[in-house]
Amino acid sequence: MSASFTGKVFVVGDNIDTDQIIPAQFLNLVPTIAVEYERLGSHAMAGLPTGLYSVPFVKPSALDSEYGILVAGRNFGCGSSREHAPIALGSAGCRVVLAEGFARIFFRNCVSTGELYPCELLSRLCDSVSTGDEATVDLDAATLRLHHTDTVYSFKPLGEVRPVVDAGGLFNYARNSGMIAR
Amino acid sequence: MTLTEKLLARAAGKARVQPGDNLWVKADVLMTHDVCGPGTIGVFHREFGKDAKVWDRNKVVIIPDHYIFTADSLSNRNVDILRQFVRQQGIPYFYDVIDDPDGSWKFDAAQGNLKRQYGAQYAGVCHTALPAKGHTRPGEVLLGTDSHTCMAGAFNQFATGIGNTDAGFVLGTGKLLLKVPETMRFRLEGRMQPGVMAKDLILHVIGEIGFDGATYRAMQFDGPGVASLSMDDRMTVANMAIEAGGKNAIFPFDARTAEYVDARTRLNGTKSSYEPVEADAGEQFVFEMVVDLDKLEPTVACHPDPGRRKKARELGGMKLDRAYVGSCTGGKTSDFVEFARVLRGRKVVIDTFGVPATPDIVRDLQGTFWSGRTIWQHLLDAGVQMTENAGCAACLGGPVDTFGRINKAGIKCISATNRNFPGRMGNKESEVYLASPATVAASALTGCVTDPRDLLSG
Ligand code: SF4
Repeated sequence: MSASFTGKVFVVGDNIDTDQIIPAQFLNLVPTIAVEYERLGSHAMAGLPTGLYSVPFVKPSALDSEYGILVAGRNFGCGSSREHAPIALGSAGCRVVLAEGFARIFFRNCVSTGELYPCELLSRLCDSVSTGDEATVDLDAATLRLHHTDTVYSFKPLGEVRPVVDAGGLFNYARNSGMIAR
Repeated sequence: MTLTEKLLARAAGKARVQPGDNLWVKADVLMTHDVCGPGTIGVFHREFGKDAKVWDRNKVVIIPDHYIFTADSLSNRNVDILRQFVRQQGIPYFYDVIDDPDGSWKFDAAQGNLKRQYGAQYAGVCHTALPAKGHTRPGEVLLGTDSHTCMAGAFNQFATGIGNTDAGFVLGTGKLLLKVPETMRFRLEGRMQPGVMAKDLILHVIGEIGFDGATYRAMQFDGPGVASLSMDDRMTVANMAIEAGGKNAIFPFDARTAEYVDARTRLNGTKSSYEPVEADAGEQFVFEMVVDLDKLEPTVACHPDPGRRKKARELGGMKLDRAYVGSCTGGKTSDFVEFARVLRGRKVVIDTFGVPATPDIVRDLQGTFWSGRTIWQHLLDAGVQMTENAGCAACLGGPVDTFGRINKAGIKCISATNRNFPGRMGNKESEVYLASPATVAASALTGCVTDPRDLLSG
């Protein structure tokens, strides 16, 4: 699994709950049905109030996002246990979320599904980066480098959850490591 | 060990555990519903095979409740996916919307939203239905594909919400790797004053510790004040542990717990044996706080998160457009009784919606008389739009034709539900204020946020 990602950053603030990540009206879509998985991606972050976030994460009528890296404040992914949330982000093409803090179930769902690397920042980043900035995330070094300023920010190493996401989620990991039968 | 540590130790077959330990925990019940069930079933079949069987069909409880009374065809289909799975697996505890096990569900929009459109087995909102149908037992582990699964902590059990992939894993294996959380203790003392409800207690606590104040932690409510709380009250409190980020909530076991659980397991013929957990002398807490119930006042959590606490009085005069009573946390019989006590003989001045959590609650309200009229009639007399179609309804917005959903920007709604993030009840440019059913009622009567004690006295 590639240890670094380069792409555009999308920035949000504190307390982004799962209703904002994937609004409830789209929970009629079943993530294990391939076409519905795709459609979930097209609605990723559609619940952000437009007054606060003028740029959409996914352009109207697009299936995927141009932002591969999400930067957030405290308590990202709070609210419901819907796995549709990390799945919508993953389906839209996002690979990594860096937040000051994560809600427990969202963090776990990122790992179980293998959709996203949830990285905990060591300092508040969402006030110093802007949506559209180019950056590189290096999972081995646990850093994010902002291209235009060449500043490097560190996050907590992923530790024991890294190999689970690398493997593509809980089931692949459990099979590879012999926890469940192949 | 704390109550949560004892529960997890038992479920993992260990004598002692401590916070941070990762344990393989056996599930006593796995619950899923129509929003996360189809995806969970998809994961289960993808990973264990098309013909795989669940680990124990008597331990799986399936409760359609979220997107039921909507003409949205995908939502109707999702109930059918649950039914097919139940048939294939021979699962006994399925609370279907319709009575025909071979039928398919279709909501008839032409009949309108208010008149009952479900069969005899339908049970309504999962967290309220689980205890009522005899599926919550002290000492057990309940896992559910819904974040408010923590409500069952009221019954002295470990209960927490999980995602589809984890739930698919549990369906196949009956167990899950869980980390033992640190415990925060909330010691309750005294007794709540008239006009103050359990909702005020939990909104107060979340206001104290913040919206992420319990992240990765257990919230233990104990102390002498617990005895005065009904099981409905305890459920309201435990339900909202997740609103502070909590992994679970837990109450001690007492005579009220036993009375409720024994009556419900007997009535429904579910497993009636259980073994509660009791506190040890040497419990270690990461945080302790005393809550003086006597001092609590009607409390409101302001848009846009459940931690923005204000006293109802401090918000006096804030204009509202809508009021809503319903959901697992705020749509129980006792919630509607308080709602009706404030409204009785008066008229609401803003759009006011009432959605009972379960069909049993509809029956309670339609079968209880106050001076010759049922509680239901008193609510209608006051101008409340009451639906018999018990379920989640507008608590989480849902499809656009959902009863009570906020479909316009700029609406300010006061609600007895549990979440007020942007867009939670529909339009993402609307605002939701969380409060007790009594405060919602008082506010519906004046059109502004109102302390119910101002109307109850006299
Ligand atoms: S009533 Fe609301 S909070 Fe409760 S389960 Fe339904 S959607 Fe969730």
